Amino acid sequence: MNNFLKDFICSIILAIKKVGASTIFLIKISSCLPRIIYTRPELVIKQIYNVGALSLVIIMVSAFFVGMVLGLQGYDSLARFDAETSVGAVSALGLFKELGPVVTALLFSGRAGTAIASEIGLMKTTDQLSAMEMMAVNPIEYVIAPRFIGGIISMPLLTAIFNAIGITGTCIVAVNLMGVDSGVFWSQLISNVDLADVTEGIIKSIIFGVAASLIAVFEGYNCSPSAEGVGLATTRTVVSSAVTVLILDYLITSAII
Amino acid sequence: MKKIKSVELETGLFILLGFAAIFFLTTQTTNIESYLSDDGYDVTARFEDIGGLNIRAPVTMAGVTIGRVEQILLDPERLEAVVVLKINPEYHQIPLDSDASILTSGLLGGQYIGINPGGSFDSLVEGSEIEFTQSAIVLEDLIGKYLLSVGDE
Repeated sequence: MNNFLKDFICSIILAIKKVGASTIFLIKISSCLPRIIYTRPELVIKQIYNVGALSLVIIMVSAFFVGMVLGLQGYDSLARFDAETSVGAVSALGLFKELGPVVTALLFSGRAGTAIASEIGLMKTTDQLSAMEMMAVNPIEYVIAPRFIGGIISMPLLTAIFNAIGITGTCIVAVNLMGVDSGVFWSQLISNVDLADVTEGIIKSIIFGVAASLIAVFEGYNCSPSAEGVGLATTRTVVSSAVTVLILDYLITSAII
Repeated sequence: MKKIKSVELETGLFILLGFAAIFFLTTQTTNIESYLSDDGYDVTARFEDIGGLNIRAPVTMAGVTIGRVEQILLDPERLEAVVVLKINPEYHQIPLDSDASILTSGLLGGQYIGINPGGSFDSLVEGSEIEFTQSAIVLEDLIGKYLLSVGDE
């Protein structure tokens, strides 16, 4: 029992240490960011391609089905209150404010975060990062910072695409399958969704982008240089990103509402 | 060289698609005109009871939205609600003796202000007050009155 308590306290201290270390890491990356964007923008563009453009397919397909299922479930639930014409408004609010940013962030950490973490981890394992340091090239500037900023730029764009495709999916199900009039669907949606609802989702996605990208580069950079360590870093990336995003989501929502 | 071109092309497509999505979301799925029409003139109206009227509730005339509720205050002396309405500038010929009433859209819908035109030749201008008002109909009061009237018989 005593041992168990000791382990528990130890793991809490480790977690706090990790938060501190990743914050210091964030500051280190931030100090390199302006220079890398200014001097080597092509590195950032390459990462936006890797992180954003290559995630498009999974984001679009998921968004379409999430939107469609929102339309079905929303219709079914709202029909019990005789309010099925509001399905557009309800789905849009849920999608723009909540599901869009969160699901995009989870997919993002699964698709792009793991790729970043394992890539950086393998670079460390094969001593590429040390080699850069030997040549007086700062690996944080040339390897970490472009991936980090690429993730931050990609997340809001991916979320916006997710939202747009999602609401199209909802519209197709509600209007074509369930028979809600398309004029009523869109007028209800437009009159109930404010610009603030859309921007809330985009702001969330930017914060999630910072968190998910930071966790990915941090875990990759600090993995133990072995095959096992790289695998562990990838797993940790997904787990930490998912938990962090969901906690942050609650905090941001409670701050905004 | 060819590979780099494809990377740039696809990144460009991705970014354009993202901005197209943001454009779609902000213009096609929101009631953005209420943010754009910030100009207009303010008119006040006093109500005994505003019920559940909210800021940004629509102001309508003949069912057409002509403005928004800008501000809701309580007059500390007369203990009445003072509602400031922002009317869009294109509707500048509303008769001065029009009356405003707080209505409810549907049985449980949101409340809005309906303006019935009067017959005056003078128009409402910035700062003028709508004198004839009708307060919100509070459902609980109605039920209470009905029960009282049933009890009298």
